[in-house]
Amino acid sequence: MRAIGIVLAGGNAPRMKELTNKRAVAAMPLAGSYRAVDFALSSLANSKVQKVAVLTQYNSRSLNEHMSSSKWWDFGRKQGGLFVFTPTITADNGFWYRGTADSIFQNIDFLRDSHEPYVVITSGDIIYKLDFNKVLEQHIEKKADITVVCKRLGKCEDTSRYGIIGTVEDGRIISFDEKPDGTGIDPLVSAGIYVFRRRQLIEMLERANEEERYDLVRDIIIRFKDVKKVYCYEHTAYWRNIASVNDYYYANMDFLNHDIRDYFFRQYPDIYTKVDDLPPAKYNAGAEVRNSLVASGTIVNGKVENSIIFKQVYIGNNCTIKNSIILNGVHIGDNTYLENCIVESRDTIKPNSSYTGEPGKPRIVIERSDRYQL
Amino acid sequence: MIRKEMIAMLLAGGQGSRLGILTADMAKPAVSYGGKYRIIDFPLSNCINSGVDTVGVLTQYQPLRLNTHIGIGIPWDLDRNIGGVSILPPYEKSDDAEWYTGTANAIYQNLKFIELYNPEYVLILGGDHIYKMDYEILLDFHKQNKADITLATYPVAWEDASRFGLVITDENKKVLDFEEKPAKPRSNLASMGIYIFTWKVLKEALIKLKDQPGCDFGMHVIPYCHNNGAAVYAFEYNGYWKDVGTLAAYWESNMELIDLVPDFNLYEEFWKIYTKSDVSTAQYLGEHAVLSRSIVGEGTEIYGSVYNSVIGPEVVIEEGAVVSDSIIMQGTHIGKNTKVNKAIIAERAIVGSNCELGVGEEADNKEHPNIYCNGLVTLGEKTVIPDGVHIGKNTVISGVTTPEDYNGGWLPSGESLRKAGEHA
Repeated sequence: MRAIGIVLAGGNAPRMKELTNKRAVAAMPLAGSYRAVDFALSSLANSKVQKVAVLTQYNSRSLNEHMSSSKWWDFGRKQGGLFVFTPTITADNGFWYRGTADSIFQNIDFLRDSHEPYVVITSGDIIYKLDFNKVLEQHIEKKADITVVCKRLGKCEDTSRYGIIGTVEDGRIISFDEKPDGTGIDPLVSAGIYVFRRRQLIEMLERANEEERYDLVRDIIIRFKDVKKVYCYEHTAYWRNIASVNDYYYANMDFLNHDIRDYFFRQYPDIYTKVDDLPPAKYNAGAEVRNSLVASGTIVNGKVENSIIFKQVYIGNNCTIKNSIILNGVHIGDNTYLENCIVESRDTIKPNSSYTGEPGKPRIVIERSDRYQL
Repeated sequence: MIRKEMIAMLLAGGQGSRLGILTADMAKPAVSYGGKYRIIDFPLSNCINSGVDTVGVLTQYQPLRLNTHIGIGIPWDLDRNIGGVSILPPYEKSDDAEWYTGTANAIYQNLKFIELYNPEYVLILGGDHIYKMDYEILLDFHKQNKADITLATYPVAWEDASRFGLVITDENKKVLDFEEKPAKPRSNLASMGIYIFTWKVLKEALIKLKDQPGCDFGMHVIPYCHNNGAAVYAFEYNGYWKDVGTLAAYWESNMELIDLVPDFNLYEEFWKIYTKSDVSTAQYLGEHAVLSRSIVGEGTEIYGSVYNSVIGPEVVIEEGAVVSDSIIMQGTHIGKNTKVNKAIIAERAIVGSNCELGVGEEADNKEHPNIYCNGLVTLGEKTVIPDGVHIGKNTVISGVTTPEDYNGGWLPSGESLRKAGEHA
C-alpha cells in the first residue's frame, strides 16, 4: 500500500478513572483476549501498510510489553515493520509530547525518511475494522488534502467527547466542532482516523510547531479546513471509541452480541493479537456459565452470567458473577458475589466478598494482588 | 564456527495406524490433543524448555499438516539464526533413493545434518507421547555417568511389564541387559524411546550398521553398542508419561485433562506447552449453555450442553445438543438437538441436527476390532453426517454421508462407513 501508518496511543483519559492507573487506554483489554490497539494494528496490517509507528507516552509499560514483538501483526519485516516511539530528550527538544501533532512532529524523521506518498493516522483506542485502501482511493479521487473518516452515531447523549462534523457538501467538510457540550441526534462524528499526503503533513506539522501549536485536530485539521480540501469518508460498519468507563464497559458487552462477534472474529479479515500460550479454559463441576465470553487459561467453578471473563482468571466455588468484566489474571475466592463490576487485572478477591455496581454505572473493583504469581 | 552441545532428532514419520481414521491424512504427531495442541507440541516444547534449540524433525508419512504446523518454529521460539527447527523428509541421492526404513536408518540418512552442528550429544525423540521432561537433567545424568548412551526409562506396573521393552540395570543404573516383551520380566523399567547418544559413538554405530535392513535403535543400534562395550545407562523418569498410540489410550489421556487437578497439569506457569494457534478469540457460551467438567478451546461457541468433554477451538455446538465423554476437534459443527456420546470427532466435521451418536448395543467393530473399540464412535476429518440419523458404538465414519447410507436411519454398532469426498 502507498501509505505509512501512525497509531496515536499516547493518551490518558481521565474519564477512564482508575482503569488507566495501570495502562494507557490503547492497552485496555477487550473482548476477552484482545487489547484496544489490536484493532488499529490489524486494520493496518490487513490493508497491507508495511511501515507503522506507534506513538506512546502515558503509562506505556503494558502497551510496550504487548508490542514487544511485532510478529503477531505480521510486522516483523526487514522492509518497514513496527516502530514504537516514546518521547526522548534530544539536543534540540526536552519536552514530552505536548499534543498529538507534537508527538508526530517530534518523530518527523519517520515521515521524512519514508517514500510512500500518503500517511494513515489512526487513534489506538477505537474499535473498528477498516480497509484503508478504500479511504485512500477516495482521498485520491477527490484530490483531497486531508480525509477524515467519519461515523454516524445514532442517538448521542453526550457530544462532548467527539469531534462533530457539522456540514458536509459533496463530501467536503465545512465545519468541525471539537468536543462541543450537549446532545445530538444522529451526529456525524470524526472517527479519529485521517489520511494525509505525506509532504503536506510534514509542512503542516512544521508550521504548527513554529507557532507553538500542538494538536492535530484543532491546530491542523480544523485550522486548515477552509483553505485546504478536507473530505469526509463515511464508515458505516461498527465503530466505537473508549473514552470513559461506561464506553469501555459497553464496548466489551457489545461482543456478547452474535452479529458483532461474527463481524470481528469470523468474517474476513481477522483481528490479531499477541499469543499467550495459555491452555484451554476449564469448567469444573459446579460451573454454570450463560451468555458470556471466556478466554483461555481461565478456570471456572462458579456461576457466570452476561459477563466477559478475560485470560487466566480463576473463579472459585459457589461464586456468582453477573454483568461484569473480569480482567486478566484475577483470582476470585469462593462464595463471592459480583454484579455490574469491572475487576482490575491481577486482583485477588477474597472469599465471601460482595461487590455490586449499579446497572449502567459499573463499579471498578481494585484489590491488592496478594498471592505469588508463579 | 557452529557448535551445539546437544541437538535433538525427532522421529515424526510414523503413520500411527492404531489411531485409525485420525491418521488417514496426517502423521500421528500432528493429531490434535487436549483442546488446542497437537501431539508433537509436547516434545518440541520440552526441547525449547530444556534449552535444546536445534531440532531436526524427520517426516515421512503424510507430512503436510506437520509442515504447516511447525513452519519455521515461531510458536516454540525455534526460529533461530543458527539451529532452530528443520524438517527433514527422505530425499533422493545420486546413487539411490530410499525411504526411511527404520528409526536409526532415518538418522543415518541425515548424518550430514547432524554434522552441520558439530554436536557432542544427540537426543533422539519420538513424536507420540504426552509428557513434560527436562532433557537437561537427562543430559546431566549422561555426563555424570560418563555414559555413551542414556536411555530414559519409566517404571511400569509389574503385571504390565511383559508388554514393554525392558532394561535390566545394576545398582548404579548401568544397563546390564535388555528384554523385549518377556513372559517373566526381570525388571519393570520400560524404555521410553528417548535416548541421549554421545555423537561419536552413535555416528560410528550408524556407519557400521548402514546396510542393516530396517535399522532400528531398539533392535539394532543399542544392542550393537552394548555388545561392543559402550557404557549404557538407564535414567528413571517418574513424571506423567502417556502413550497415545491407540484410540482408546488417546481418548483416556484426553479425558484425564478434565479432572479437578489432573496428573498432567497444563495450567502450571513453568514448563509451558507451546503450539501454533490461529485463533485467539474468547469462547462464547450462550443463554442456555451448560458446561461441566470440560475444557474448551478458543473461539468456540456453545449453545447446548457439554459434559466431561474436550472441545477444540472454533467448534460450534448448537442449542439442544448434548455432548458427553467426547473429544471434538477444531472447527467441527454439532447440529441442534444432536446427542453425542463417547465420540472422537476429528477436525471440521459437520454433524446434522437431531442425530444420536454412540447409542445401541455393544458390538465389536467388524473390520478392525482392535482399533475401534471401547464403545467409541470415531469420525474422520471433514466428515458430514446428515440430519436425524442414529449411529451405534465401535463405529467409524468418514467422507460425505447421506441419508441413503443409513438403513432406516441407523448405522448399527460395529459398522464402518467410508465415503468419498469432503465438504467444502
